Amino acid sequence: MSDTRDGTRDDPGARPPDEHDEEFVPADPRLTRQTDEGAQELQPERELVVTGGPWPEVEGEGDTMIINMGPQHPSTHGVLRVMLELDAETVIRAKPVIGYLHTGMEKTGEELTYVQGATNVTRMDYASPLSNELVFSMAVERLLDIEVPPRATWIRMYLNELNRMASHLLFQATNGLDMGALSMIVYGWREREETLRLLEKITGLRMNNNYIRPGGVAAELPDGWQEDTLALCETVEKGVSEYDELLTGNPIWQERLVGVGVVTTEQALALSLTGPILRSTGFPWDLRKSQPYLAYDEVDFDVIYTQNGDCYDRYRIRLHEILESAKIVRQCVEKMPPGDYRVQDRKVTPPPRARIDESMEALIHHFKLFTEGFKVPPGETYVSVESPRGEVGCYLVADGTGKPCRLHIRGPSFYNLQSMTPMMEDRLIADAVAVISSVDPIMGEVDR
Amino acid sequence: MPDDDAREDAHKNGDTRVEEEEKKAPAPDDEVAAAVVERFPGTVFHRSHGQPVVYVDRAVWAELGGFLRDEQQFTQCLDVTAVDHLVDAARLFVPGVHTERFEVIANFLSHPRNRRIRAICEVPAGDASVPSLTDAYPGTNFGEREVYDLFGITFTGHPDLARILMPDDWVGYPLRKDDAPARVPVTFKEDPRPR
Repeated sequence: MSDTRDGTRDDPGARPPDEHDEEFVPADPRLTRQTDEGAQELQPERELVVTGGPWPEVEGEGDTMIINMGPQHPSTHGVLRVMLELDAETVIRAKPVIGYLHTGMEKTGEELTYVQGATNVTRMDYASPLSNELVFSMAVERLLDIEVPPRATWIRMYLNELNRMASHLLFQATNGLDMGALSMIVYGWREREETLRLLEKITGLRMNNNYIRPGGVAAELPDGWQEDTLALCETVEKGVSEYDELLTGNPIWQERLVGVGVVTTEQALALSLTGPILRSTGFPWDLRKSQPYLAYDEVDFDVIYTQNGDCYDRYRIRLHEILESAKIVRQCVEKMPPGDYRVQDRKVTPPPRARIDESMEALIHHFKLFTEGFKVPPGETYVSVESPRGEVGCYLVADGTGKPCRLHIRGPSFYNLQSMTPMMEDRLIADAVAVISSVDPIMGEVDR
Repeated sequence: MPDDDAREDAHKNGDTRVEEEEKKAPAPDDEVAAAVVERFPGTVFHRSHGQPVVYVDRAVWAELGGFLRDEQQFTQCLDVTAVDHLVDAARLFVPGVHTERFEVIANFLSHPRNRRIRAICEVPAGDASVPSLTDAYPGTNFGEREVYDLFGITFTGHPDLARILMPDDWVGYPLRKDDAPARVPVTFKEDPRPR
């Protein structure tokens, strides 16, 4: 029962409401409006040109169509949007449009102390957070001119290789999913989950670990890490041989990937591409080998590279890099030196928790470190390491205070995205999915 | 105490050394940097925590790219970025460099020679414009767009200088130090288009 305008009581069931009635509310307002407005947009006679972004005018000859692939397309690994100009099914031009995940992390980095900085950079490349923590920590250490103890170096290397395994397993899973090999998402996730479980045991978190910090690492390795690591290596190696059996020789898989998304060495160098994309063009460049950092010159591993520069080669490179990482991890278990896991400099690393209860100085150091952090003398440096996606660099400018003046991360995915244009052009639109997948962009790192 | 004397001597020596350096930039001990200094007079060499850095005039910025690529075998320009030094508490002192508000930084890598060099040019706030490196290194396209987007530094000769991370209609340059964060309140508004 409701009051009508004239104040008299009326039974709503007395007469059915019609459109002229002011009180009329259709049963489902969205549905009605959709038939009025939305459905007419899809008249087949009209050419549908979706515009947006800095896309040049189309000349109008031929029947080309511009469509947006993404940012919500399931195979775009997050929020990548690719503008495709299509002639029927052929891509004439392709242009990646990014920025949908821009969260101003470099600006945030200027507001955080060096102690807090690792929590920020770790969220950029969320599939390989430890490489970002590593490169940030190495940049801070270079500005401070401090050397980390050997054990910390080895722990860092060990964790980075575990992380590389997890990241490439993620690639195998999603690449299979994108290509229609749906069982791969289950298999890849299965092994990746085991890797993340070990990372969780060591660092406390599955992702965004915040474990590698300026001055060393956050904590000592847990008991029994050797057995867990060796067991994990066996699991992963068994898994990789399964993927190999399932995919590498599979004619459907080859049909889908061989000769698709080809990029030449000249293009790769000109477009600042790094990592597996550069290596797939027959260019054996890996910073771990060519400009060794940490203790990579003390372990035995191979740089995997191929000659064809297509999606199939990038798949194979990443598959074999998992095995190379497992090889390094096994050597880390063997050769892990004893000693301290961080610099024992109270100005950089916090005192042990137990000391805080008994020592005034320890309490002061702890308090100062976690409130205002440590001060870094004015200077600038660029440090780079090989992440699973290529060269991740950190350009750090200090101005003598406890916070960086500028924190810039060179995301490999950011530059690698430029390769999509030459890879996709004059190929079928179905190949665009293969190209996006094989570039393996992590949008958190692209947009930062 | 002898220790104190020694320390005082070292301190004095250090002081005089700094004064001498202030007058003249050090000679480059890096062969690429030496070549750059020879090719572009006025370039200042600086060794920053073991890494060779050259401070070049921004007028020759694009030329420097061509020189490094064609004559010094620098196959890749890995990264282009910028720094806003507006509110620095203390700024790195490099003798011979006339500092400005902005710095544009490019990191070059030579695969055949397996070495790196970093080039920095000073950019005044009043005329924030730098020649683009995209002719020599097409891969700097995204990097320069990012600098333009976040710092408002334009790159002359860039093929497609548009915002890349921020929305096209964004006002301001977020990474400038005078661009206050949270200046734009978070609004939850309805999409004005019909649904």
